[in-house]
Amino acid sequence: MDYAVQVDQVSKSYGHKAVLDNVSLQIREGQIYGLIGPSGAGKTTLVKMLVGMERADRGNVTVLNETMPNLELLQEIGYMAQSDALYAELTGEENLSFFAALFKLGKTERKRRIAYAADLVNLSGVLNKRVSAYSGGMKRRLSLAIALIQDPRILILDEPTVGIDPQLRLSIWSELQRLKEVEGKTIIVTTHVMDEAGRCDVLAMVRDGRILTSGTPQELMAHYGASNLEEVFLQAGGIQV
Amino acid sequence: MRTGALIVRICRQMSRDKRTLALLFVAPLLILTLMYYVFNGGEAGNPRLGAVNVDLQLAQLLEKANIDVVNVESAGDAADTIAEHDLDGILTNANGKLTLALENGDPSKAKALQMKIGQAAVARSLLAMNVPLTDAGEIGMETHYVYGSVDSTFFDVLSPILVGFFVFFFVFLISGIGLLRERTTGTLERLMSTPIRRREVLTGYLTGYGIFAVIQTVIVVLYAINVLDLTLAGSIWNVLLVNLLLALVALSLGILLSTFAASEFQMVQFIPIVVVPQVFFAGILPLDGMADWLQALGRIMPLYYAADALKGIMYRGEGFGGIFVDLLVLVGFAAIFITLNVLALKRYRK
Repeated sequence: MDYAVQVDQVSKSYGHKAVLDNVSLQIREGQIYGLIGPSGAGKTTLVKMLVGMERADRGNVTVLNETMPNLELLQEIGYMAQSDALYAELTGEENLSFFAALFKLGKTERKRRIAYAADLVNLSGVLNKRVSAYSGGMKRRLSLAIALIQDPRILILDEPTVGIDPQLRLSIWSELQRLKEVEGKTIIVTTHVMDEAGRCDVLAMVRDGRILTSGTPQELMAHYGASNLEEVFLQAGGIQV
Repeated sequence: MRTGALIVRICRQMSRDKRTLALLFVAPLLILTLMYYVFNGGEAGNPRLGAVNVDLQLAQLLEKANIDVVNVESAGDAADTIAEHDLDGILTNANGKLTLALENGDPSKAKALQMKIGQAAVARSLLAMNVPLTDAGEIGMETHYVYGSVDSTFFDVLSPILVGFFVFFFVFLISGIGLLRERTTGTLERLMSTPIRRREVLTGYLTGYGIFAVIQTVIVVLYAINVLDLTLAGSIWNVLLVNLLLALVALSLGILLSTFAASEFQMVQFIPIVVVPQVFFAGILPLDGMADWLQALGRIMPLYYAADALKGIMYRGEGFGGIFVDLLVLVGFAAIFITLNVLALKRYRK
């Protein structure tokens, strides 16, 4: 099996503040890879490097065997940012259709993907409404639909389920699972939610710009002698439970 | 195709923002109309001049020069007499020696009055020497005008500059704030995580907002010429060409400066720094009288060249040859700003 993403000894600092310090990780194709850690740990910076929006000071980032940043490769990466970057004056459908055009989807393909992505996040009924009238959860779901629009091989989701109710979260996760199993997609998520972390194939604990530990959820719990991931999270952060 | 998607999106967004559209298309017309009436407004009332011992011949000449002459007993305390009779000045003749006391509440009006009285006094001396005068009491002289006519007003010279200024100001503001919103809401960053190229992004924005700039320019120019009946000695196509280039400069400058603003408020702060000084150098105030270094400063301002070209076409009737250099400089400005914009977008994708 090939690696979809390889991060090799990457460091990055803004001014004097080191955000990432000698980070290495490998993500296999067809895995759900979770990055967990407190706010400010460097998760978003790491994720942005995978999308080519940041450049490492040192080290290499390789996605699908190509060194990032690489413009063509962005066609294969679906990215959902932490903040909903949507055009509020436009309808949900217009937002989707705009991004579909940026990925050069043909007309029929565009229609098909819009219908699929909207259905996936339960927005089909409100696609003709302007985004300014959407609730926080609806905006989050639309962002996710946009990340899926061009049928990318890799999905990078920065805190995808913030503001989404438990029922929808469940259905989104089962869809992510399906995307992984049936379509062989590689999915990288950052999250604070521990039951989501439990659904990942591999977890990496990020703190102060370093990866403290990584492995399957079971391995991590065994390693820390913890009964659940929350304890792992706290212990990895140096807090005695 | 990507550029096209961007253009469609901008048009959709703009067409849903009715207030911004009104600002872009209606506000310039309102201000232009207002300026038109401010400068071409009704005749001011004649100045009132108190006369002490002024002979009849001079008084007649003064009346001919549109001065209301009021006979007063004596000047006494000039300030009191002026206030008492609501005068603009008092002219006293003491044994052939004229003394003028001016109210000077409005220095420019007082100067004009002083000049008219001076001319009348000279005319009277000429009459005494039997030099023939016209009916208006002036020395007979035929006058020809290289540009404009006897009916030309300040507004005829001012209006080409105003037309250019509105195009520059509104396009600058709307493109700057439009792009700033993209930066603050994160949509620009989101855009840059797709395979779109930086030059595609810029072409899209320039064309998208450019369409609205073109519409605005056409509306403003047609309104100024057809409704307000402004002087247009040259070709309307050249007027449109200059304004379109100016709009391109304003667009690229607005987008560039939005890089350095963190909020809409900070974008508005660029107006006194970037927009207002350009007005001083656009030719509303005479440039010839300025210090050399100030004149040199004007040369780095896009509006200086646009105003020069517009005045050239609309008032002096110059053709393409006359405005060629100005156009070239405007193209240069646009090229510089666009290049800087492409570089500035690097911030979003390394």
